[in-house]
Amino acid sequence: METTAVKPQFSEAAQAEIKRLLTHYPDDRRKSALLPVLHIAQAEFGGWVSPEVQDLVAEVLDIKPIEVYEVATFYTMFNLKPVGKHVLEICRTGPCMLRGSDELTAHLERITGAKVGGPASADGLFTLKEVECLAACGFAPIVQVREKYYEQLDTPEAVDAMLTELRNQVHRPALPWEETGLPNALANN
Amino acid sequence: MGRKLLTEHINVEGINTFEVYRKHGGYRSVEKALKTMTPDEVVEEVKKSGLRGRGGAGFPTGMKWSFLAKPEGVPRYLVCNADESEPGTFKDRQLMSKLPHLLIEGMITSSYALGANTSYIYIRGELLYVLRILEKAIAEAYAAGFLGKNILGSGYDLDLHVHPGGGAYICGEETALLESLEGKRGNPRNKPPFPAVQGLYARPTVVNNVESIAAVPVIVNEGGDEYAKLGVGRSTGTKLISACGHLNKPGIYEIELGLPVEEFIYSDEYCGGIWKGRELKAVVAGGSSVPILPKELILKTAAGENRLMTYESLSDGGFVTGTMLGSGGFIAMDETTCIVRNTWNFSRFYHHESCGQCSPCREGTGWMEKVLHRLEHGHGHMEDIDLLVSVAKQIEGNTICPLGEAAAWPVAAAVRHFRHEFEWHVTHAKEAAQPGAVYRANAVLV
Repeated sequence: METTAVKPQFSEAAQAEIKRLLTHYPDDRRKSALLPVLHIAQAEFGGWVSPEVQDLVAEVLDIKPIEVYEVATFYTMFNLKPVGKHVLEICRTGPCMLRGSDELTAHLERITGAKVGGPASADGLFTLKEVECLAACGFAPIVQVREKYYEQLDTPEAVDAMLTELRNQVHRPALPWEETGLPNALANN
Repeated sequence: MGRKLLTEHINVEGINTFEVYRKHGGYRSVEKALKTMTPDEVVEEVKKSGLRGRGGAGFPTGMKWSFLAKPEGVPRYLVCNADESEPGTFKDRQLMSKLPHLLIEGMITSSYALGANTSYIYIRGELLYVLRILEKAIAEAYAAGFLGKNILGSGYDLDLHVHPGGGAYICGEETALLESLEGKRGNPRNKPPFPAVQGLYARPTVVNNVESIAAVPVIVNEGGDEYAKLGVGRSTGTKLISACGHLNKPGIYEIELGLPVEEFIYSDEYCGGIWKGRELKAVVAGGSSVPILPKELILKTAAGENRLMTYESLSDGGFVTGTMLGSGGFIAMDETTCIVRNTWNFSRFYHHESCGQCSPCREGTGWMEKVLHRLEHGHGHMEDIDLLVSVAKQIEGNTICPLGEAAAWPVAAAVRHFRHEFEWHVTHAKEAAQPGAVYRANAVLV
């Protein structure tokens, strides 16, 4: 396996955001910021958290790397392998299934060429991931991409609109502490 | 039409901003509590209101508050449980994204009642976009002097922060949530000690659902007795019901507790009936973990009474013929729904979400998923049906947290009411395994 030659570093904007987050917890409880910092890390480093990125998070919070690994592997939102430019998280739980999530998944596999749980599509654009209930059951079926919910994807037109929007995103949407979003394409994908 | 206590202004343009929210009477409860009431008086009003935890357990909120230990010189915390993850439930997401200031107002008034000077809203990580909305609203509340030091000149200080989870249903369990807030895996804690004594950072802590906290402002403004006038018996006030599945109008409805289930499903004011002109087959009334009921038993109790949307009426008949109000996640299934497939889907969910700490849950959820999978896919045996019931029984009561029960109940109830459908999956295995195949005979009522 290739190793990353350059040690990852948070951007200045992300560092400032982490500093702000740390004020939310008692001084001797920096570890509390672990989940929010992992979210920032995933947004900063191409949609996944590599072992090197997890080590960086440990360093920033002054905790042991194992404390990051055990958490990153417990929570399903953190991708532990490289992903495509857009990770489509398809809700597969009961209420979505009742309104066609199985059909939606099959449709997305057909048109992107990617398989759920597999590598990204050949063009590097889409990773498909099935997830459990996203708490939007009344608007099923649903796909989450980063911080956005695409709802009522029960027609090919609705799915096409989502994919077109994503294909046209050169940069991912900016986060509140950023002036612009980072480019979608990253060297490690 | 019932009164809307929480969502009256939910569709007002700009209600997500401090200015518009304030114009519509927002933050009055903070003024009233901080200027004219002692913390204990606020607790008393909440007790009188009869408000019961809206996350699913239905435990009286005022009583939970009164258990909070108050040792001198030790900080205590209020943590709002916004880890809404119970399949079928999406009310808190709507409430927070449209009325962020209602939750913030409730957090300030409740924190004052509990004597907390730092409070957290733990929101599920998938809802990062709602976290952004809340953070913006919190900044507005600080700027207006409703958060921070010496709020409204009362001498009371409060800092309020939003904290995201990372994708784990189990973190909706209050001690798993606290572990998660401390930056750890979401493994539920052994109890006792309860959070009221040793919660966040081993300090006394109250954990309340979003909707419970959001009900506090109206209780403080109008008084607990007034609130308790709404509803029926021990089911006081209003409840947000998130309706989904095969309904004409899925969505969030604030109902006065006591509304007949039949009216809720079929009236145009609410869900508008079953989609595509089809017949109702079954309902899961309070989130995926509560027992499924066939149409006949969700509309009327076994004794033939109209079933009402209350804690008591929905649980009438116990688990033999009743269910639970739970979180208010109301999932309707039409006549084309395969109960075996749906039960398998729910089992897969609980297997996926089991934290793995307790063997009965870790192993049992896996076995239930496997057995249901083979039944659904045409490889089942007749003995599998009793095996499911047996596994469910062995999980129940044998785990640290209620995820075990949440996984066991739906399976046991599905077999109880739809045993013929499970049997058909064995006797007609090939046919049953076809996509969209459905057994159409009537459910077993008792």
